[in-house]
Amino acid sequence: MSKKLRTLYEKIWDAHVVERRDDGTCLVYIDRHLVHEVTSPQAFEALRVAGRKVRRPDLTLAVPDHNLPTTARRDAAGKPIPIADAESAAQLDALTRNAHAFGIRLIGDADAEQGIVHVVGPEQGFSLPGATIVCGDSHTACHGGLGALAFGIGTSEVEHVLATQTLLLKQSKSMEVRVEGDLGPGVSAKDVVLHICGQLGAAGGTGYVIEYTGSAIRNLSIEGRLTISNMAIEHGARAGLVAPDETTFAYVKGRPYAPKGADWDKAVAWWKSLATDPGATYDKVVVINAADIEPTVTWGTSPEDTVAIGGVVPAPESFADASKQEAARKSLDYMGLTPGQKLAEVEVQNIFIGSCTNSRIEDLRAAAEVLRGRHKAANVKWAIVVPGSGLVKAQAEAEGLHEVFIAAGLEWREPGCSACLGMNPDKVPAGERCASTSNRNFVGRQGPGARTHLVSPAMAAAAAVTGRLTDVRELMR
Amino acid sequence: MTPIKHVAGRAIPFGRKNVDTDVIIPSHYLKTITREGLGKGAFETIRREPGNIFDTPEYAGAPILIAGDNFGCGSSREHAAWALLDMGLTCVIAPSFSDIFSGNAFKNGILTVVLPQEAVDRLIEVAQTDPIDIDLETQTVTTPFQDRFTFEIDPFRKACLLDGLDEVGLTLAQGDIISAHEAGLRAQLPFLASANA
Repeated sequence: MSKKLRTLYEKIWDAHVVERRDDGTCLVYIDRHLVHEVTSPQAFEALRVAGRKVRRPDLTLAVPDHNLPTTARRDAAGKPIPIADAESAAQLDALTRNAHAFGIRLIGDADAEQGIVHVVGPEQGFSLPGATIVCGDSHTACHGGLGALAFGIGTSEVEHVLATQTLLLKQSKSMEVRVEGDLGPGVSAKDVVLHICGQLGAAGGTGYVIEYTGSAIRNLSIEGRLTISNMAIEHGARAGLVAPDETTFAYVKGRPYAPKGADWDKAVAWWKSLATDPGATYDKVVVINAADIEPTVTWGTSPEDTVAIGGVVPAPESFADASKQEAARKSLDYMGLTPGQKLAEVEVQNIFIGSCTNSRIEDLRAAAEVLRGRHKAANVKWAIVVPGSGLVKAQAEAEGLHEVFIAAGLEWREPGCSACLGMNPDKVPAGERCASTSNRNFVGRQGPGARTHLVSPAMAAAAAVTGRLTDVRELMR
Repeated sequence: MTPIKHVAGRAIPFGRKNVDTDVIIPSHYLKTITREGLGKGAFETIRREPGNIFDTPEYAGAPILIAGDNFGCGSSREHAAWALLDMGLTCVIAPSFSDIFSGNAFKNGILTVVLPQEAVDRLIEVAQTDPIDIDLETQTVTTPFQDRFTFEIDPFRKACLLDGLDEVGLTLAQGDIISAHEAGLRAQLPFLASANA
């Protein structure tokens, strides 16, 4: 009998099943657990109440990111600058105390490596291809760009992983999203994933793990693949995957937690064996032509509300289903847009370049490329660049990118989640628009009443220059 | 968690599609380090709308919420489940749920019932005036008008909900097989078995 042909997802899944039950529920081993301050305090508290310990503190890494201000954290004398918001301060303090009490490694707010967990994990080599990785954050899907099975979990699951290093899960269905062909000038990984969100819809991937394949994906850097997998959750999939290849190995090699010596060779051999077997079948296949993807923006309050920058705001009646029509009417009301309005005429007052989707060095280079020798428009009141980690910040500064941003009138900040969700002081004022490189345009996401247009880093930079949503290709030299 | 066998009472006929967890509980309520008291922030943006359904007196204290497709999408925040519980909700009915939200709901003893859109539409109609009854044992939703819909639920989840089982405790009792898996990892995939800088 021939061996069953398996997909990348099935191979990683099978390698991590501790026990398979009759009803299909599996006890799945978790290789790496990232912890941040927002979704962990209640989990640690539950362990404490039950007198339980952390099973594998050595496979757990804690990093504060959501609440940290992106302004200076140390004064001239090197003393910590107190955080004004008492609740934020208490939550950050709880992470530090819990990490110490339970023996977990902590990258603290003043450490050079601090950053957004989803930037830090891959950067440190803590996140590896073929690993199961969880974090109490839905954008954990991000690490799938390395070929890891990575997904967000709730706080009760954080507690379960801390105590047992496993999760009780059912295997998802598998979907292939194949993007074939070359991306046009000015079209980035972010445009690809926004386009996929529009094609699949916000719930299109529910119940699936998506493997992104095709030449357009293979030709992306790891940064680009992380951007795409990051937003798997925005089309409903709990996890995204890109098969590990030479690009992946070159990225991982030499990072602090990456395998070394004989372990490295063993790792590469295993990672290569994970590729989907030729002839293996997925439960669903979606094919996208890369040439159809243009610089893309969102017009509404769901990541599925996408349109090419040359397009117009759709009329609610243009949608087939009645509930989507109603949702579109509410979205347009919230966004202050009218059907037929050209997206490229929509003025923006705020620019946010950052978030676990787009705050890596490549993203900052793309934004700086557009901003070099230019200045933000007068109507842009607030424009910040928030690097994904301290190491990204240092790299950008070594390349002089920060000088480009500052000369263009943008603020250069300390790393963190920042205005993606505004748990720290970085918020978009009510009624104002933001061209944002983040991942969610939900109602109130960037602050109560804030109007978010999701874009790529280059498109955010272009919007900063013109003061309106802009086709970056018009500014390309 | 509290066992759940049967939920009966008024149901909030919300019905909205793609309701994300930022809408269920906005991020400025996530700075808490406890699970309690989040009901005050639940659906805050919707509650600013005059005449919104959540503040309609006849639905005060209703134990059931009827929602649209993809309920609980977006952020993994379990605060969404805690906020619903704090509002007094113990059951949500919808045509579909996000994977993460349904897991979070289950772990907090909230029953998520998936029914076809037609059935959900009918229940929304009934909920305007009358109560709804959900029985987990028989996996049925009934109304005073002889409507009867059956729903599917994972058998393990059903057993945990009916008995109020502590999942962490159950898994800790399987420590031996987890240790055996770890030993296998150390032998086969040593680079995954440990994380050393």
